[in-house]
Amino acid sequence: MNHSLSVGMEVPPLHKGPVTHIDLVKYSGASGDFNPIHTVESFAIEAGLDGVIAHGMLTMAYVGQMLTDFAGVEADLVDFRVRFRAMVRPGDTVVCRGVVTAVNEDGSGSLVTLQVFAETQRQETAVKGTATLRYR
Amino acid sequence: MDNSIVGVWSQPVANVVERGAVRKFADAIGDPNLLYRDEEYARGTRFGRMIAPPTFCRTFDFGTIEGLDIAQEGLIHGEQSFHFERPIYVGEELWCSECLTDTYTRSGGSGKMTFLIFEQKGETKDGELVFTSRANVIRKEGADA
Repeated sequence: MNHSLSVGMEVPPLHKGPVTHIDLVKYSGASGDFNPIHTVESFAIEAGLDGVIAHGMLTMAYVGQMLTDFAGVEADLVDFRVRFRAMVRPGDTVVCRGVVTAVNEDGSGSLVTLQVFAETQRQETAVKGTATLRYR
Repeated sequence: MDNSIVGVWSQPVANVVERGAVRKFADAIGDPNLLYRDEEYARGTRFGRMIAPPTFCRTFDFGTIEGLDIAQEGLIHGEQSFHFERPIYVGEELWCSECLTDTYTRSGGSGKMTFLIFEQKGETKDGELVFTSRANVIRKEGADA
């Protein structure tokens, strides 16, 4: 059990980016998501976007990194959900943040619930969601 | 869309959590966590072995839902959730399957939107549930209003 965690405590923010075109190509390859709106500029423009956009799952992975950094080797991530909102584009920086919203004890340890989000340098929320860590 | 496929699970597919794939994924998301890349370090932790980043399980092959025919173009990923019974271990084999659990249509100012709710699960060969996930996907039609 981690006695240092309490409601309102903030997770150390994680700064990512600037996101590059190469990052999107690498994520496409590593994830198998080859939707060309993430990598082919002409396709993205044709699709009505101003240009390629980052995979929502890449931004979620950034938030996941913040959470697993915070959890370290002491806690397990048990629940993680997000809603995708503003688009992230090449050149954008993303900062991931989290705040503890609940700490509950059960038979096998403590469950720490957090509100998490990622925002761009335009102060737009790219993803917003919740996560639960289990400390045994 | 043919609603008779709602609730039908794909035939599970074996996915080996490959060390190289996990490393490439961790590199792609820019996560230097040693748990994903250093076997000796990982062995010394309570995990006892290397693990995969949580969102890595989105990359698994979940098989094909018989009769599901959805154009990938124009799909918007609205929401994503994961539930883990335990971490994903590098080197293990997970049997993954997927189901369209719900679909509904809403009409609004920007046209017709079809919502598709997919659920996935990953189990060991012995049937131990390791993770479940859910993706809410939106398809816009006639959005040129």
